[in-house]
This record gives sequence, structure tokens and C-alpha cells, in this order.
Amino acid sequence: MTAMLNVKDLRAYYGQVQALHGLSFALNEGSLTTLLGANGAGKTTTLRAICNMVRSTGAIEFEGKSLSGRSTENVVRLGIAHVPQGRGTFTTMTVEENLQLGAITRSDSKNIVSDIERMYAHFPVLKERHTQQAGTLSGGEQQMLAVARALMLRPRLMLLDEPSFGLAPLIVRDLFKILGKINREDKVTILVVEQNAQLALELADQAYVIETGKIVMSGNAKEIASNEDVRKSYLGY
Amino acid sequence: MELLTNQVLAGIATGAIYACMALAVVMIYQAIDHLNFAQGEMAMFSTFISWQLMQWGIPYWWAFLATLIISFAGGIMIERLLFKPLSKAPVLTNVAGFIALFAIVNSIAGLIWDFTIKQYPTPFGSSPFLGSQLISTHQAGMIGVTLLMLVGLYLFFQFTRIGLAMRAAAALPESARLVGVNTSWMIALGWGMASAIGAVAGILIAPVVFLEPNMMGGVLVYGFAAAVLGGLSSPLGAVIGGFLVGVFENLAGTYIPGVGNELKLPIALALIITVLVFKPAGLFGRAIVKRV
Repeated sequence: MTAMLNVKDLRAYYGQVQALHGLSFALNEGSLTTLLGANGAGKTTTLRAICNMVRSTGAIEFEGKSLSGRSTENVVRLGIAHVPQGRGTFTTMTVEENLQLGAITRSDSKNIVSDIERMYAHFPVLKERHTQQAGTLSGGEQQMLAVARALMLRPRLMLLDEPSFGLAPLIVRDLFKILGKINREDKVTILVVEQNAQLALELADQAYVIETGKIVMSGNAKEIASNEDVRKSYLGY
Repeated sequence: MELLTNQVLAGIATGAIYACMALAVVMIYQAIDHLNFAQGEMAMFSTFISWQLMQWGIPYWWAFLATLIISFAGGIMIERLLFKPLSKAPVLTNVAGFIALFAIVNSIAGLIWDFTIKQYPTPFGSSPFLGSQLISTHQAGMIGVTLLMLVGLYLFFQFTRIGLAMRAAAALPESARLVGVNTSWMIALGWGMASAIGAVAGILIAPVVFLEPNMMGGVLVYGFAAAVLGGLSSPLGAVIGGFLVGVFENLAGTYIPGVGNELKLPIALALIITVLVFKPAGLFGRAIVKRV
């Protein structure tokens, strides 16, 4: 099976500082993969490098196409939706406008309308608040909105940067359930970056552990979760 | 009482022009975080283009339309050639760019059309509007055309997808790119639109201030005052600010002893300083809070 996303020898730089030191990994189509690691390990940078939001070298291939040299918006247009850290909500716009923005690259206006309804079915709270300014939503609701906005692209691959950040545990469980459902039912390949390793490993089928800009461990999520040494040394629980 | 009504209406008419200039300035400010000092000169140049077209025998409204299109294209060209390369440059470099643009546009206009004052026609005439002595038909036309344009812009930004994308690009460029918006072109489009809005302002005010390369100097200062008053982060605020400044300017000139016509301009400057001291975000703007 060929990988949907293939990352080889990825190195990324913030000015003179090198943040990733030759990272390689692959995502299979339809998989739900988690990228784990401590603060500053390079998780966010990895996602940003995929979308060309940070200077990087190495090869990134998505469905056989090279992503290097493409602008962020052109990467997105290939079907890669990125839910950034901090959610990237357009706070001064309404919930519905946020969803419409998610589909801004699409030209099938009929399907966009039905997709918005589909998002409201996934996330009923967004329907209740669809005319409200997105900035007035709670943190959990904004995260739901961010996921829904990303799905409006009808992405092939969705990148999520710490979706659990700042949310109450119950809400995180809800959110992860929805992610699992999206992965299974909508056939969206998902890469989720997390600090909440325990929860992420329950959700994912594949896992990579990253430390100071390198992959130090990879494999089946269940196996990694059950390996006590790994848990203690890298995941801290 | 009649003097008051008259002055208020006349203020609304010139205020419409200030509102256009303020809106143009705010649109570019929102897109690139810089004040376009050359906005007035660009508007002046557009007005000369329309005048030249009319000199060649093209009827007023066709010249008007053609000028809007030329100004739109010109605005995009200026962004692509001059300010896109400067987009990552420090503030002062950009300021120098704007001043250079100001000087270049002003000189080229002088070179082509010289500095003598020219009459500029109005399609509305200058007879009393609806038989009333309060306001002339040209002033009514200024208000009418401006309102029409503002409604059009509102509909564009509120109800079209490209308008939505432009708002997104101005509000949060990084997030906008992450949903696939080509923010760089949205900025260029913003420049084009600002340039066309300025052209409308220039064409409407030209019969009042007459046509010459320095015609927009004072107007732009009022436009800045309006933008600051309304809040640089709020297009609606800029428009309301424009009308308020227009009315305020006229009333101050009429009722405050010693102000008269000569001291009207300093009033605009005093207004800018007062607003910046007491309400830096303006009447409708949001205070920008940055995490550090």
C-alpha cells in the first residue's frame, strides 16, 4: 500500500534555529495517526511545514504530488485541511460565515449548502448559534467550529494541532469521538498532534513519537500505549 | 435655523467625499497595516484621467466608468510593483514608499497636465436642489453617488464569496490562507478597490475644489481625520467619521468666531490629535490587544 502522505528527511528552520532534524514518516490513506511529544518537540512545526508555513527542506509528497514550493493556499487546495493551534477562528464573523470560508475554494455551491447542514447535524450547538459572532462561542464550541470549518473543504487529509488544548476533559472526549466518526464515515485521513497522549492513543490507530525534532518511536497506537517504558520515558503518564 | 440646516447639509455633501477617502485609507490599512499617504494623489490622478477622457469627447458617465476601471487596474498595479515587494520590509521603508508614490504621482500629473487650475464639469448642475435653497443639485449628487457606492460595497462584502474572502484575508491572513484564500491577491484587489473609491471621491469633489495636482491635499487630511475618528479598524466607522467630520468642519467654520474658512484645516488636525489622545481606537474601532 502506498502512503497518502510521505514525509522524508524534513528539516525546518525558524530564522537560524533548526526545529526539525530530518523527520520521516508516512500516513496511510484512511488512517488516524497521532503525533505525540513534549512541548517544543516540533509537533506544530511538522504540521506547519506540511502546509509550507515555515521554511523547510526535505521531501513531502501528498498523493504522489510534491508539496515543496507550493504556497499554503495551494497546499490547502489539494485537499489538506489544517486546524491550527489556537483554532484560527474568524472571531468577528458569524458561525455560518466561518463555515462558508471553509468551503471558499469550492465551486459547487449547492453541495456547500447541504454540507453546512451536515456540519450542523454533526455539531448541533453550531446550528443554534449560526448567526452569532464566532468570538462569542466557548472554547469547546470554537474547536467544534474549527473542525467543522476544516471539513467544509471536503478534505482528503485533515491536520489537527492540539485540538484538546484548553478544553474540559468531557468536551475533549466528545470531540475525539466526532473525529473518530469523521475518520470512519467520511473517509478523511487524520493526523492529530497531541500532548494528551493517553486520549490520543485511544483514538488513533498509528502513532509517532517525536523528540527534539526527530521521530524516536513509531508503530501501532495500542502497542505504544501498552509499552510501559515508552509511556514513562516519552509520554509522561 | 436655515443657516444651520444649510451648513449641515453642505457638511454631509463634503463629508461624503471624506467618507470615501477614509474608506479607501481604511481598506488598505486593514490589508497591509499601513496608511496610504498617496491615496489623495492617486485620486487626483484618476480625476485627471477622467478629465482627459472628457477632453477627448467621451461623455461624462462613460468617462466616469472608464476611469473607475483604469483606477482599479492602476491600484492593483501599484500594489504588485511597489508594495508587494515591500510587504516584509520595516514600517519606515513602507512609509518611504508611500511618500515616494505621493511625490511621483503628483509630479507626473503636473508634468502631463501642468499646475494651472482647471474647471471640472458636473453632470448634476449647480441649481438649487428640488427648488430648495438649502443644497445644490451637485451637492445632492455627491451624497447620492456616494451612498449608492457604499450600499454596493456593503452588499459586495456581506453577500459575495470574494467579499467574504477579502474580509477573512484582512482579519486573519494566516487562517485565511489555511482555508485556501490567496491573501496576496486579496490585498491587490483591496488596492484596486480603494483606488477606484478614491477616483469617485476625486471626480465628485473636483467641481468644488477645481482640478489641479494639489487638489486632494486638504481632502486627504480630512479623510485621515475621519478614519481616525471612526477607527482605523472599522470601515463603517470610517464612513460615519467622514460624514461627522464634514458636518463638524462646516459648523465650526460658521459658528465658532475666528475660525472661518482659513482655520478649517487645523480643526481637522486638532480633531485627529484629540481622538488619538482620548479614544485611540476611534469611535467604532476595536482596541487591538496583542499577546506578548
